[in-house]
Amino acid sequence: MTDVSQPNSAGTPQSSLHRLDARTKRRNAAESRFKFYGIVAILIGLLMLVTLLYTILSKGTGAFSQTFVTMQVELLESKLDKSGTRDLEKIKKVTTFGYAPLIKGAFEKSVLEHGIDTDLKTKDMAKILSKSAASQLRGYVIANPDKIGETIEFRFLANSRVDGYLKGRVSRESIANDKNITAAQLDFVDQLIAAGVLEKTFNIDFIIGADASDQRPEAAGIGVAMVGSLFMMLVVLALALPIGVAASIYLEEFAPKNWITDIIEVNISNLAAVPSIVFGILGLAVFINYMHLPQSAPLVGGLVLTLMTLPTIIISTRAALKAVPPSIRDAALGVGASKMQAVFHHVLPLAAPGILTGTIIGLAQALGETAPLLLIGMIGFIASNMPETIGEGLLSPNSAMPAQIYEWAKRADPAFYERAWGGIIILLIFLISMNTLAVILRRRFERRW
Amino acid sequence: MYDIAKMGTDVDQNTTKISARNVQVYYGDTHAIKDVNVEIGARSVTAFIGPSGCGKSTFLRCINRMNDTIDVCRVDGDILIDGEDIYDKRVDPVQLRAKVGMVFQKPNPFPKSIYDNIAYGPRIHGLAKNKADLDEIVEKSLRRGAIWNEVKDRLHAPGTGLSGGQQQRLCIARAIATEPEVLLMDEPCSALDPIATAQVEELIDELRNQFSVVIVTHSMQQAARVSQKTAFFHLGNLVEYGDTSQIFTNPQDERTESYITGRIG
Repeated sequence: MTDVSQPNSAGTPQSSLHRLDARTKRRNAAESRFKFYGIVAILIGLLMLVTLLYTILSKGTGAFSQTFVTMQVELLESKLDKSGTRDLEKIKKVTTFGYAPLIKGAFEKSVLEHGIDTDLKTKDMAKILSKSAASQLRGYVIANPDKIGETIEFRFLANSRVDGYLKGRVSRESIANDKNITAAQLDFVDQLIAAGVLEKTFNIDFIIGADASDQRPEAAGIGVAMVGSLFMMLVVLALALPIGVAASIYLEEFAPKNWITDIIEVNISNLAAVPSIVFGILGLAVFINYMHLPQSAPLVGGLVLTLMTLPTIIISTRAALKAVPPSIRDAALGVGASKMQAVFHHVLPLAAPGILTGTIIGLAQALGETAPLLLIGMIGFIASNMPETIGEGLLSPNSAMPAQIYEWAKRADPAFYERAWGGIIILLIFLISMNTLAVILRRRFERRW
Repeated sequence: MYDIAKMGTDVDQNTTKISARNVQVYYGDTHAIKDVNVEIGARSVTAFIGPSGCGKSTFLRCINRMNDTIDVCRVDGDILIDGEDIYDKRVDPVQLRAKVGMVFQKPNPFPKSIYDNIAYGPRIHGLAKNKADLDEIVEKSLRRGAIWNEVKDRLHAPGTGLSGGQQQRLCIARAIATEPEVLLMDEPCSALDPIATAQVEELIDELRNQFSVVIVTHSMQQAARVSQKTAFFHLGNLVEYGDTSQIFTNPQDERTESYITGRIG
């Protein structure tokens, strides 16, 4: 009898599967610890995200509503058009000072109409309005000269202090040393609210309007800066996409693999890591100082951001091209396609979702970039009008969304600070929708092979 | 084995389609193919066998200059098709590949419809004057590829949705749609199950009526079943080349004998 034939030697277990040995326990413990760390890391990340979103939303939503005073204004012909000819040139000669009495009159009328009991002089009543109230009215009259002589209902912007009072930012205690507003004026505001003359509503002008001067935060909007950003993105898209894709296709599919292409490759990766402010100073030196392109122009901003976005697009496009299986190229070459036909008919369509994603992410990055814009003068500039033509949009001085936000955050009035947060909300909406678009395009065009 | 020998004599193998003279292939510093001389007949099936890495696929890819796409690859010597050197400066590899079709190891249909898979080659070579012409070429190629009956009702379904065996026959149909004269097959059945393999082999046997087929295979049974001539490669050398029946029953070289009996490989 040999050992092997004995049933016992095989039947007696060396160890039990129901009892973990020390080594397995240690390995299991290490695994659970690792999972725990992972969960903690994710929770920390989520907490940060929630805090960020909460802060932005709680501080920024205020910017989307604004306090307005709605009153009946009598557009006296004797003040606005003495000649009675409705000649626009003559109407334009009346400055905002000429409109002040009309506003005072409107207040007098409101007070009488609503039976408001106040000791304030009309001069002080008018101070609860924005400093731009008179010019607002003047703009309206110039646009509608036929209304002169009639009584119209007009919505005036309230002063930023009054607006802050309605948003809870300003209280009677906080204005003790404030020269812009008095407690009596706040009482008057309360009375106006009760009468339904003054109210806080959604403010479309914040989204479509232009920036305003330091004294008038209530009139400031991000719209023109948004158009500036749009023109910059158009420049980036029109330049970076074709150049980036062409460069990637050449490097990936056609270029010989030698030390020159190796150096180019390494340098493209290096460029992706260059701080954006370096591109800004390059843009200042080359595009503005040397080529004499206009300062603060979205065209220059777009060119600088193109330089910055190119490496991102090239790297992601090359990765997308590399991910196309070589069997597809072989198949195309095997039926007698030329190299270019193989690339354009087969490889590029398969790489398209990756290229699109890379491009959109590059654009989103460029959209949020501030530092290079500092150096080419797109910050601190107040563009008051929407550009009228595409050429003007590209060449006339403008700001961009992140630059506008930075500018607002810098200003002293807390009302501007609120607008900075509001601007961030708009910027984030843009970024999130661009990234969503990237995800959707990727899902949509992704093909299996 | 007698069947195979008889099959071999049926075909006119007197005309030489491809002839290789002192072919050397280098991958960088590696000498992958050493001094290969071989004459491949028209309208016949020639099998290349040998252990992995022996250079049979490399040599196959030299015949339609697919190795041109590899930067470090260098080919010396002459390969002549119908007496013309395909490595001559005047030869455009794109034109060559229209004449020398290729089927790859892994079925690689384009991620397009079955119709577009077949129509792509004729389109880029301008073989069809109009849509009707193209439809005819597609149908004819699919019929010759022995897959028409399976796909005729779903020509616009994606080619990648077919089974592995169907995909490979689709690739063969795609390769013959451009009317090549030589068909190169690089282990066309290695990714297929036995049933699909049998179908493809049957197809290869039919194809030799029109084409000169060169097939690389790892399966010696397959070589014996489908080919009239067999070449045995070992370590970059062409060890033995002759009638299939003779290689498998009466190999002249010791290495061939070792390989086919399973002692090396």
